[in-house]
Amino acid sequence: MNATVDIPRFVRAKQVEALPPPNLARGPIAWIRENLFSGPFNTILTLAVFYLLYVSVPPLVKFLFIDAVWTGTDRAACRADAGGSESGACWAFIRDKINYFVYGSYTISERWRVNIFFALLALGVVWLLWLKAPRRDLGAVYFFWVFPVAAYILLTGGNADFGGRFWLGFAIFGALLIALFAFVAAVLKTSMRPALLVGGGIVAVIGITLALVDFDFGLAHVPTSLWGGILVTLLVATVGIVVSLPFGIVLALGRRSKLPLVRLASVVFIEFVRGVPLITVLIMANTMLPLFLPGDMTVDRLLRPLIGTALFASAYMAEVVRGGLQAMPKGQYEGAMSLGLNYPQMMSLIILPQALRIVIPGIVNTFIGLFKDTSLVAIVGIFDLVKTIEASRIDPNWAAPTIGITGYAFAALFYFIFCFGMSRYSLGVERRLAAGQKR
Amino acid sequence: MQTIASQTSPPKKSFLYDPKVRGIFYQVVLVAAIVFLFYVAATNAIENLQRAKIASGFGFLSNTAGFDISQTLVQFSAAGGSYGDAFLVGLLNTLIVSAIGIVFTTILGFLIGIARLSRNWMVAKVAMVYVEVLRNIPLLVQLLFWYIAVLGALPQPRNSLEMGAGFYLNSRGLFMARPIYASDAWVLIAVLAVGLVGTFVYRRWARKQQEQTGRQYPVGKVTLALVLGLPVLTWVLLALAGANPVSFELPRKGTFNLTGGMQILPEFVALLLGLVTYTAAFIAEVVRAGILAVSKGQTEAASSLGLTPGQTLRLVVIPQAMRVIIPPLTSQYLNLTKNSSLAVAIGYPDLVQVFMGTVLNQTGQAIEVVVITMGVYLTISLVTSFVMNIYNRRVAIVER
Repeated sequence: MNATVDIPRFVRAKQVEALPPPNLARGPIAWIRENLFSGPFNTILTLAVFYLLYVSVPPLVKFLFIDAVWTGTDRAACRADAGGSESGACWAFIRDKINYFVYGSYTISERWRVNIFFALLALGVVWLLWLKAPRRDLGAVYFFWVFPVAAYILLTGGNADFGGRFWLGFAIFGALLIALFAFVAAVLKTSMRPALLVGGGIVAVIGITLALVDFDFGLAHVPTSLWGGILVTLLVATVGIVVSLPFGIVLALGRRSKLPLVRLASVVFIEFVRGVPLITVLIMANTMLPLFLPGDMTVDRLLRPLIGTALFASAYMAEVVRGGLQAMPKGQYEGAMSLGLNYPQMMSLIILPQALRIVIPGIVNTFIGLFKDTSLVAIVGIFDLVKTIEASRIDPNWAAPTIGITGYAFAALFYFIFCFGMSRYSLGVERRLAAGQKR
Repeated sequence: MQTIASQTSPPKKSFLYDPKVRGIFYQVVLVAAIVFLFYVAATNAIENLQRAKIASGFGFLSNTAGFDISQTLVQFSAAGGSYGDAFLVGLLNTLIVSAIGIVFTTILGFLIGIARLSRNWMVAKVAMVYVEVLRNIPLLVQLLFWYIAVLGALPQPRNSLEMGAGFYLNSRGLFMARPIYASDAWVLIAVLAVGLVGTFVYRRWARKQQEQTGRQYPVGKVTLALVLGLPVLTWVLLALAGANPVSFELPRKGTFNLTGGMQILPEFVALLLGLVTYTAAFIAEVVRAGILAVSKGQTEAASSLGLTPGQTLRLVVIPQAMRVIIPPLTSQYLNLTKNSSLAVAIGYPDLVQVFMGTVLNQTGQAIEVVVITMGVYLTISLVTSFVMNIYNRRVAIVER
């Protein structure tokens, strides 16, 4: 007989799942204990913050959403004494006035032009900021030349009507400029072709720009006094960006120049502008610009703060770019020089492409500052978003206690979305640039 | 060998290729352009001013102003004050709101910056939301919000909110007790000065003792006692002796208005609130970056030396973080001072509102007024950055 007894045996074929850790070491409860109640001090802190949130958040939500009035055509909707509710935000007011907030008093039948301007602006911004976009060099040409000209024609209507005498003068000026380039080339005994090309190119670019501005596209003229709202806010910001980047680069190069007078001029300009508040620059542009021009010349009311903000932003941009230039290792300069590149070639082909790349976050931060600062043009009487809200707030048709706070909440939301988006973008770029440094 | 030497001497080139000559040429062109620009601007300005019959020169500063200013730290009246006095009043108003703002924004900014680094998740997140929201909304919108939305909701004077201790809040601002100084109030100042000098001497002595013997003395407590305790004690003693140097005038509630006491304008409160909360968001980021810049090894080394967490923070982390924090912190202070010019939007009588607003409109002397105002801000900025440069040189890490 087989003595083997059939002893029930057990061999585990599969590994048993490990028991979950006790609730107090993992999971939401443990997380709460670890992060919120890890000691008496932390507990008190957490409770204090909870109390703070309890005091501030529910009333805010109640005001902005729950008690808010969403529809209505006049103040009755937002006034308790007229049968409405007065405890919440009056979004009906924003809905009623939204066209005014976006376009100002821009001629209603022509507002499609503003919409095209917005679209063109969005295209340019995406083209430049999206790091994987195709042909970003063309994007730069678009943003700094095509787009400004197109925007000018669209918004004002173009058709500047320069007249024959102006074009005669321009022809003489162009011929003189080309001749000057040819003369310099002859004196320096270099080849004539590139000099003629550069001279001709400059004349052609200016000529085409002026011709487009002069040409009658059949668009009705809309004076700048009618522009307003988000249109003006974006316009001031865009002009600031388009002007301040090239001008800031020039100033930064000037500040790093070996020529003492060039450096002095740049330093004086940058430090002067950075040392005074923007509002004083705006008031200066408003009151002093007309004084400095010949008596019969007037500057458009909108153009004055545009010049002010553009100059102001340039000084800040210059400092950001200078940071990038200083961060370039000396070997890059020396390498470029040893290849026989001259100063413009060295800067445009070697140094600036690298330097601008590392300061993209700084540039975007300057743009955020510029975008917020555009609200200051309201103080010198330009109808930007803040000013249009100021103006609508006192509209008797919408006289209700919550109108002011609703209007400012709308403005705050608008600025927040733009600025927060830009700062997220700059963080993303920063992380991407840092990826190359990490190993 | 001689031939080689002759070959290395460069061929004669046109002097136009000499970088020095070119440099001089470029600079001459630049200077000529700037001079031309200034010349054209100046001649146009002179012509325009003559045509508009606007006087020039700084003589207008002694003319009678003829307008009132709502907040004056020095004596000023519409009848007797000159434009120069108005300038002084505006300047002082700018300085006081900046000084008070800097104190509060530093406290709030440091609190929020440290809170962002807290290990308490809730505290860190709330601080982050605060920073992101406040930083991304223009200061102007925030100021208008505080002024119109919050302070506008305050009650009429007759229904003033009573906050105790002589504080009242209504739509005309914040009312509080006004100190009245008796003729012997200088005693308190003298005692305070004695306390400050005593503290200074004691601290030096204590530090020397610690360096020589290693013994530590209670510096903090002694400082508190000398600077705060001594004047308070003197005050109490003098008051008990019947010679009270400082008494307070409380605001009294009348039928329609409050009388007496000290009034703080709602514009001032709104401006201060806006500036403090806005700048604090930026200072919080500065502080956070400064603390993160101190490497973890420093904290660990301090702990391994047996320092308590408090000592580590006080003696190791903060001194090193301060080196990173101070320069951007100063530029935030400057920003706050420059941003105080937004007062013009809510009608607080600061330098820009009084001088670039009212005085400029009354006299029309744009150039002089703009030059003076910008000169003030420039002076503040340049002096601050000069002091900063000295400080930076002192605290910079000295390497081999």
